[in-house]
Amino acid sequence: MTNATVHVEGQLHAPAHGAVATGAAHAKGQQHPIKLYLVVWGWLFVLSTCSYLVDYFGLQGYLRWSLILLFMMLKAGLIVAVFMHMAWERLALAYAILLPPIAVLVFVTIMVLESEYTHLLRVLFFATPS
Amino acid sequence: MAETVLTHSGQSPARLEGWRGIAADWASDQRAFKNVSWGKAMMWIFLLSDTFIFSCFLLSYMTARMSTTVPWPNPSEVFALNFGGKHIPLILIAIMTFILISSSGTMAMAVNFGYRRDRVRTAALMLVTAAFGATFVGMQAFEWTKLIMEGVRPWGNPWGAAQFGSSFFMITGFHGTHVTIGVIFLIAIARKVARGDFDVGRRGFFTSRKGYYEIVEIMGLYWHFVDLVWVFIFALFYLW
Repeated sequence: MTNATVHVEGQLHAPAHGAVATGAAHAKGQQHPIKLYLVVWGWLFVLSTCSYLVDYFGLQGYLRWSLILLFMMLKAGLIVAVFMHMAWERLALAYAILLPPIAVLVFVTIMVLESEYTHLLRVLFFATPS
Repeated sequence: MAETVLTHSGQSPARLEGWRGIAADWASDQRAFKNVSWGKAMMWIFLLSDTFIFSCFLLSYMTARMSTTVPWPNPSEVFALNFGGKHIPLILIAIMTFILISSSGTMAMAVNFGYRRDRVRTAALMLVTAAFGATFVGMQAFEWTKLIMEGVRPWGNPWGAAQFGSSFFMITGFHGTHVTIGVIFLIAIARKVARGDFDVGRRGFFTSRKGYYEIVEIMGLYWHFVDLVWVFIFALFYLW
């Protein structure tokens, strides 16, 4: 490897890999105590068991729905915040990634209204008399 | 050549926090994501786009299920198994969930040991993660086989609404593909870690650039995302 190549490579990498290129910076990248991961891991198991038990005991209605969605959001939050390190990123990244999915919720609302309408029409005009 | 002090968090003196920080980062010169490498930023952006893809699948499933007048097959019954004469609802899916969560845990550990430059443990934990992933895909293959033998097709099934089959194969199939790709990449990167590529600065055969241990974290982001998607599929498809 000639020095020239190294230089060019270095320039290409400079803006992007500056953080990882220096050893000191490298060691600091997302270092968290292992205990934290173990605790989160444990909670994920507990929450999964809970959501399975919802089905096992055959809970129904709003209770079932609220429990399922609650456990789902808690699990998703733990994974994104701790395992994917979003809790320690700068807000510029966190908001860029976490806000756009809100558009999906709007889409959900639209499709819920739409499918209720479709269902109504099907019941009114196409349902076979039983 | 300045090794751009800019890129590292603690080094440049005052970087604004909160809303002012967001405005400052996004309005600044050159890059919005200040202390994140392009690799990590691009993985996050890819994952965001993948979120939209899976959202569309789950949304079309929701629309089909809410608008049909035919009863939907009960997933609790469809995915039940008999263990020692006992009929346990949804047990296969529960086991698959636990396997995937275990793999997420081992992956998080691998990332941690990667930043400590402990290459033996990092590679071992990545291979354990890959093994969990492969087990998951294997169980999914078993699940698919069982359902196909029972007569589930994308256009119909013996228990109710025809869209059950198409939704099921589409959603779980796409997720299984993601897991499979993840397993392949896990093995590839575990090999690089074990060989010490990131310690000696060996250049990759494809890009001829040096790799860094950060790739373990980027790989981890993808893997946790696969687990994250499963959380939603488990709740919305299997538990609804």
